[in-house]
Amino acid sequence: MKLGIMVNEGPFTHQASDSAYLFASAAIEKGHQVLRVFFYYDGVNNANRLSEPQSDDRNLVRLWSELGKEHGIELIVCVAAGLRRGMKEELLADGFTISGLGQLIEAGIAADRLVVFGD
Amino acid sequence: MLHIVNKSPFERSALDSCLRVAPKGGAILLYEDGVYAACVETTVTDTLKAAAIEYSVFVLGPDLAARGIAPDRVIEGIEVVDYGGFVDLVEEHGPVQSWL
Amino acid sequence: MNELEPDYDTEGVVKKFMFVNRKAPYGTIYALEILETVLISAAFDQDVSVVFMDDGVFQIKKGQDTKAINVKNFSPTYRALEGYDVEKLFVERESMEARGLAVDDFVVPVEVLSAEELGGLMDQQDVIITG
Repeated sequence: MKLGIMVNEGPFTHQASDSAYLFASAAIEKGHQVLRVFFYYDGVNNANRLSEPQSDDRNLVRLWSELGKEHGIELIVCVAAGLRRGMKEELLADGFTISGLGQLIEAGIAADRLVVFGD
Repeated sequence: MLHIVNKSPFERSALDSCLRVAPKGGAILLYEDGVYAACVETTVTDTLKAAAIEYSVFVLGPDLAARGIAPDRVIEGIEVVDYGGFVDLVEEHGPVQSWL
Repeated sequence: MNELEPDYDTEGVVKKFMFVNRKAPYGTIYALEILETVLISAAFDQDVSVVFMDDGVFQIKKGQDTKAINVKNFSPTYRALEGYDVEKLFVERESMEARGLAVDDFVVPVEVLSAEELGGLMDQQDVIITG
């Protein structure tokens, strides 16, 4: 199965991004392909390389980065949602790319399933 | 199709809306704060017992454990799954409506 | 900004997309940003439906005036959807009636569906986007 995933919240206020990450990891483990993760709304904050969680906390920005690189998943930060939140190119962690909302629709067309995580 | 609900039934109406709209026979997964709906001896237990007859109802085990809910507190007829089970539900039941 | 080249061919594929609006405008940003998504979807020639239910029905209520709260009134944008060939707009009857609204209260023409009818329509979709 080819999956698209939409993440609508950042790494701290809501559980959404954690749930999405664990879901994506489980899907990959089962041999499915995650085509693209699209970060929208405050979800764009998952790409912030300046984020520094406390040492006993998980670093979701890094976890997404690593998952993306290891499995060739496109990690797309919405340009419109990102701009209004100051999430620009220079803040992006490894593996994330800024692109348009069309990438979400395209993921919906290309994937067998699109799963939305948010609040 | 698969309906996924991540809201506590005591605070938000997402589960009510899901049960109002979802055609009978579909699958519902409770996860995140949605797992509180799966417990026995609450004000929504009867609603969920009825739902478990009309739908296939699942609850995400890791979210139950995180919230200190033992598996024996889950309503009979609701099946506990892990994240791999979540993936299987998405594959088997088709398009997903996320009741955010 | 990097424009990604799609690595899969979506040419000629038409899927049923449903956007489900369940949140009121202004109190949170969800209604505004999902509307931006609906507008973009029009460029992809997909079979698009937009649903307003629960507090989402408040998004299309007539008479919104946001001048005094310092945010943009985006309710006129719903009227532009028709120009983008997004014409399947649905309101769930139970949500509308529970909030004291009637079909005349909306800024756009909508088809009113019962919860059961909406569930049936949802069941036929390929992709459901919620915000």
